[in-house]
Amino acid sequence: MGREVSESCVESLLTEIVSSYCNGFYADKPELAARRIEAIGFQVGHQLSERYTMDRPRFTDHLEAIKFICKDFWSEVFKKQIDNLKTNHRGTFVLQDNRFRWLSRMSVDPSIETLGSIQDPSAMAENKAAQAIGMHLYFPCGIIRGALSNLGIPCAVSADISNLPACSFVIRIKA
Amino acid sequence: MAPVVPRSGDAIFANVERVNAELFTLTYGAIVRQLLTDLEEVDEVNKQLDQMGYNIGIRLIDEFLAKSNVSRCVDFKETAEVIAKVGLKMFLGVTATVTNWDVEGTTCSLILEDNPLVDFVELPDTCQGLYYCNILSGVVRGALEMVSMKTEVTWLCDMLRGDDTFELQLKLLKQVPEEYPYKDDE
Repeated sequence: MGREVSESCVESLLTEIVSSYCNGFYADKPELAARRIEAIGFQVGHQLSERYTMDRPRFTDHLEAIKFICKDFWSEVFKKQIDNLKTNHRGTFVLQDNRFRWLSRMSVDPSIETLGSIQDPSAMAENKAAQAIGMHLYFPCGIIRGALSNLGIPCAVSADISNLPACSFVIRIKA
Repeated sequence: MAPVVPRSGDAIFANVERVNAELFTLTYGAIVRQLLTDLEEVDEVNKQLDQMGYNIGIRLIDEFLAKSNVSRCVDFKETAEVIAKVGLKMFLGVTATVTNWDVEGTTCSLILEDNPLVDFVELPDTCQGLYYCNILSGVVRGALEMVSMKTEVTWLCDMLRGDDTFELQLKLLKQVPEEYPYKDDE
């Protein structure tokens, strides 16, 4: 087991990233705030996947790389694996975590559970609570995109919380 | 009822939820990097990191008090020891040595030989004025302010700047008297 820190340290950083970018620098521009938060996640995912794949042979196809994210990568970051993986076999993968750690301690306005995919900053500008949660999800979305990008797979990642406390990450691989 | 006994930093750290430190270290690094891009001026980044730390400190003090069972410290010397041995340990998994006390007992230094914030970090020449660990000074300042101590917390030595160790100076500026009795109905 490598070095560890208290989970509060990571959660505190995540809270501060979101509040600095959403309430401070880009209070009126949620799209820009979202992009910055995603970029921070991307950087983290990129570096983590570099470290976690150091001693592995190259992945031969997309599915293998996605499975690595679901199992090894998720276990390192969240101490559990992704619970459910679906794909349409045409480049879209849905990774569901039945109890996503970074949402498990957030209070959620039940009215947004019907909102479905909340990765649209302009749509969620109306609803502050939805916006706050959506902003927190840009970070893990960035992590996944960064990790896959480091494995040579360019993609877009969004999150779906219509099923709380489960959270699904939708990965669309760019052809 | 059993008496409430203060718990050691090791005991608390063993019982809290922990995550792999790489995630923490790399996340912090990515934040600093993004702030450098967005704020451009190194001084502004230093200020922002300190502010983020302060915001974290004023929240973490609650977790610290709830989990440590530490009672009121008799003086600032005890406070510094508790930060070094319990506070740092329960969150970062490391301890510090308290040294360099002034005669009044209001200024001292925490020496950190191990600092998970800086694993993998090297500063490029363009960031020479950066206090990379400024978040930590902010956390300490914020946490102490919540227990009625106004402090000034500054980095005197920084291994990223070529020093042999990390030295964080704590200076007690003012002990804010608690207003008592509290008025519940306001």
